[in-house]
Formats: sequence, structure tokens, C-alpha cells
Amino acid sequence: MSKQLIKARGLHKHYSISEGFLQSSKNLKALSGVGFDLYEGQTLAVVGESGCGKSTLARLLTTIEEPTSGQLSIDGIDMGSVQSKAITKQLRQTVQMVFQDPFGSLNPRQKVGDILQEPLLINTSLSATERKQKALEMMSLVGLRDEHFHRYPHMFSGGQRQRIAIARALILKPKVVVLDEPVSALDVSIQAQVINLLVDLQKELGLAYVFISHDLSIVRHIADEVLVMYLGKPVEQGPGDVIFNDPKHPYTQALLSATPSTNIKNKRQRIKLTGELPSPIDPPNGCAFNPRCQHANKSCTISEPVMDTFGKSQVACFALDEGRI
Amino acid sequence: MALLEIVNLTVDFATATGSLRAVDGINLTINEGEIVAIVGESGSGKSVGMLALMGLLPWTSTVTADRISFDGQDLLNMTEKQRRKIIGKDISMIFQEPMTSLNPCFTVGYQITEVLCQHFGGKRKSYNKKAIELLNQVGIPAAESRLNSFPHQLSGGMCQRVMIAMMIACKPKLLIADEPTTALDVTIQAQILELLIELQQSHGMALVLITHDMAVVAETAERVIVLYAGQQVEQRKVKELFDNPKHPYSEALLNALPERAQDKLLNAIPGVVPGQMDRPKGCLFSPRCNYAQELCSEEKAPLKDGILCHFPLDLSKSRKPKAINVETG
Repeated sequence: MSKQLIKARGLHKHYSISEGFLQSSKNLKALSGVGFDLYEGQTLAVVGESGCGKSTLARLLTTIEEPTSGQLSIDGIDMGSVQSKAITKQLRQTVQMVFQDPFGSLNPRQKVGDILQEPLLINTSLSATERKQKALEMMSLVGLRDEHFHRYPHMFSGGQRQRIAIARALILKPKVVVLDEPVSALDVSIQAQVINLLVDLQKELGLAYVFISHDLSIVRHIADEVLVMYLGKPVEQGPGDVIFNDPKHPYTQALLSATPSTNIKNKRQRIKLTGELPSPIDPPNGCAFNPRCQHANKSCTISEPVMDTFGKSQVACFALDEGRI
Repeated sequence: MALLEIVNLTVDFATATGSLRAVDGINLTINEGEIVAIVGESGSGKSVGMLALMGLLPWTSTVTADRISFDGQDLLNMTEKQRRKIIGKDISMIFQEPMTSLNPCFTVGYQITEVLCQHFGGKRKSYNKKAIELLNQVGIPAAESRLNSFPHQLSGGMCQRVMIAMMIACKPKLLIADEPTTALDVTIQAQILELLIELQQSHGMALVLITHDMAVVAETAERVIVLYAGQQVEQRKVKELFDNPKHPYSEALLNALPERAQDKLLNAIPGVVPGQMDRPKGCLFSPRCNYAQELCSEEKAPLKDGILCHFPLDLSKSRKPKAINVETG
């Protein structure tokens, strides 16, 4: 059994939103009750529409923000009990992040070499030549050439910029990389290049990925475990092949059927999702998905479903509990 | 008769380092009520070509064509004033970023009624009812109260619906959608595509869908045009293209899709689209092509049956492509 790197149990993150001087502040539940395990060399995909709390989860995992409640341990150390700053700093190096937009996440005034050396400058006591050496090694690992060292980000195409961002994330030798929609800003052909690079790096370095995406065709390709979220709550969780071949939750089914396919011969019957994600400040009563769900009945609007085990996956749905689907 | 006919459209940009050819001899015929998809990577000239038709390119560009005719009218030899009567009314365009293509300073209602005032004259207020009707038509709930909201108060999907409402206000004969769903979630993407097709059928308008997602093409279009580096490399019926792509680039684009991958590695197309400086001498795709031979890097590819290639593929014949050898290990 490979080593467990992240253990999350019942993570909650609430933000308090003030709507003006005289109004009382409201609670925005960005994340409620998310839990998962991540092992070495594994990919966990987090799937959902925008506003479902995917990026909040990424902020918690990279310890940019602290959870309101719940337990999060990284590399065997419980984040809640850590007191010393040195350990926090070390844990932050263990989890690194690649952002969605390679045009916005690289400083346009820094050269590639400086971008890559900065994490080393802050976190290690290596000499200038050692830092440069490391940066060059990392550049060749992600498929950039040595002469790119003195260039600025604007001189690169989108795919190459994403390579720079990946190199920056890997330079501190993290064990977990959080990829927040790493390819959604790229063309299909370039997307394939970056995905291949990520797969290769995972094999070579034994990295664990948290892959955040709304593109299910890529998730299906890359994920070992899938976590489907809706309005901050997990609705279905399980091994990738189980979720894709036999989706249980009505939301997962709808997401899968909304994904366009090149298979023109057998067009599937599409499950239509009407409307959009409700506001997390004022979520609907009961199951958050009930206003858009075709299987919803009265019990769905009264109380919230909890995750139950169905076969190999876990699903939170009353219709499934009661055998209506 | 064809609704839109473009023959040999070429767009050049004057840049500090010389002239850049963004679109290189595109021919396009669109019939009434047809859905045509234009596919290609960024930098393939798919947006620029359509912007040239709309007359939305900056002054640094030079647009030339042998013929551009729309509904029997010659768009090339037309004064700017005459052209503006057609553009926005009979031909309209939806852009990629719904958030940035709406004016943040004006309400949604103002922006929709503005189109109607511009083309039909009259008072803005008199079109309010029509605007509500349009918003209902594109599926915006509580349309009356939405008239007074600003773009920042709406979600991305809602903004795109407003854009569509604005564009169909004058009942165009041709709607050009430039990556209408790229910035949106899959569920919203499905809703918007469905809406576009529904409107296309009910209004009988022609729809040009610019996209880089082959899966979107498969779901919507009847005919597809594949562009590469400003050149039109293949023009076919969608079904034929997916079953039997003739140009190596079309095949590579299809194989790059995750759902067509055989194992953990995807069939990426190596390299990038050539830019201004590194334009190859022969066939533009030859440096990235799996099947390229010596001739390809030396001579420009000929156009045969709508396919720009020295050696078009034919999957029905057993010519083993390299890409498949890689897949099977």
C-alpha cells in the first residue's frame, strides 16, 4: 500500500458576508463536509460547476486558508495541531499548486529563470549556482530548453507557459500538486501535450495530484478517484471507472450527459439540467440539488441526504436510498 | 442560391516586423438554415476570417477577396453606410467572452433595445416589451426585472443568453457564434448549444459555429471546415470527417481528444502552429505531420476535392499511419 499523503475528514469552510452597515452578516458555506484520502502516485479529480467549492478546497489543501472545522492532515501531520511555524512552512512545500490561467499566474516582469528560482530563494539556503542548476534541471524535465532561461513569459505560447507554471510548482519537490483547471485555457492539441507531461511526471516522481476540472472527458482519462461536488457538498465519490460507467447520483448523470461526445453514431438521450447553481448564501432547503433534479420529491426538500455506500462508490441522494431510481 | 459566399478571402496585418498573413485564401459557402462549424487551434485564423466579414478588424489589417456576397448583395463594393445596414441586422455575431463583450456601464435592457433602435428607428422605450419577449425566448427567468440589471449582476451563462437575445433581436439570416461556450461550464454549454440550435430551427437562420472543440462540432454541425495557420485544409460533411478524416491535421485533432486515447498517454500534436517568423516553405502542417514526406516540406500542398494535402489519407485503404502504431505500442 502506498503512503497516505492527505487525509481530510468533514472539511468545512464558511465565509461571513457583510451586506452593509445595518444588516447582520450572512454565512456563506463554501464547503461543507468534504472528506477524502489521497495516496502517493494517485490522482483525485474534483468535479463540479463553477461555484461548487472546488477552488475553496484547493485553498484549504495548500494551507492558504484554514478550514472553519474538520480535520486535515498532510503527510501524516494534523494541520489543526501544528503550532510551530517551521512545520507549517515545511508542509506548505509538500503541497504546491498550478493555476488555471497561465497568462495570469506568471509575473510578466520576471524572467523564466527568476520565476523558477524564487521558491528556492525563499525556502532553501542554496547558493546562486545551485539554484540555477536546479532551475535548469526542472526546465528540461518539463520540456523547456536551456535558452528559455532568460526569456520573459510573454515570449511563450499558452502551452509553454503552463509548462513553466508546472516547473515552478515542482521545484520544491512537493509530494502533492493541486492542479486547478490546468488545461481549460488551452487548445485541444496543446491540452493533450500538457496532460501527457503531467502523466509522465506523476510516473517519474510518484506525485499525487488533486485535479480540479469541469471537463469530464479529461477527468475520465486521468483520474483514479473522483469526487463530484454540488454547492460545496460532496454528492458522489468513488473510483473513476465506477463513477463514469455507472453514475448513481442524478447530478453526476446530468453532468456526464451534458459532456459533448464525438460519437455521432449513437447519440445518447440527454438529461436536461434547467437553471443554474443556486446561490450558496441562500441554498435551497433539503438537498441542494432538488430544484434542478428530475427525481426530487417531498423528502428531498425537507432534510439533507448524507453519503451512503452503494457498491464501490458513496452517494448522497434520497431517491437512491428509497430505491426510486 | 447560397446565403453567404466568400471566395479567396485573405487577411494581412501590418506589424512592426512586416506583414503577417492571418487568413490565407478561404472559400466559404453557407446556405440558408445550415449549421457550419469552423474548427482550428488558436492562431488558425478562424475568428479573424469572420471578423473580416463583419468589418470589425482594426485599421492595420488589409482584407482582400475575390468575392464576398451576402443574400445576393456584394459586400465588397459597398459603402460603409450600406454595409452597416446589413451587419448587425442580417448578419450578427456572438463573441467568446460573454462577460467582456457586454458593456458594463449600461443595463441589459438598454443594450438590447439599442440594437432595435439602431436598425428600426423609434424610441427606446417602445421596444421594452420586445426586449422582454426576447429575454423570455432565450430562457432568462423573471425577464422583466432583468431588464434593469447590469451585466456584472448576471452569471456567465446568463450574460451569454443576453448576448444571444441581442443578436437575434433583428431576426438575422446568419448568426456567427465565435466560441460561444468555451468560457462556460459543461451543463451551461449544453443549454446554450441547445438554445442556438432551437433558434436556428425556429427562425430558419444559418449558423456558423467557430470552435476548437471537435466534440461540440459532432453534437451540432452538419458541415465542418478545418483551418490550419490561416489555410483551409479540409471541408466536409461532419459525419464523413469523423468517420474518415482525409487531412492529417483533422485526424490529429480528432486523435488528441481524451476519449479517443487508448492508454494513459494522449496523442498530442507535437509543436505549435507556425507564427510569422517560422512559416515553413512547403505545406504549413508538414513540421507537425505524422505522414510528412520530403515533398511536403518543399512544395506547397495542392487543393484537391476541398483537401489541402499532397497525400490525403484514406482510412478505407490500409495505409498504416504512424499514430496508430504508437497507440498499439
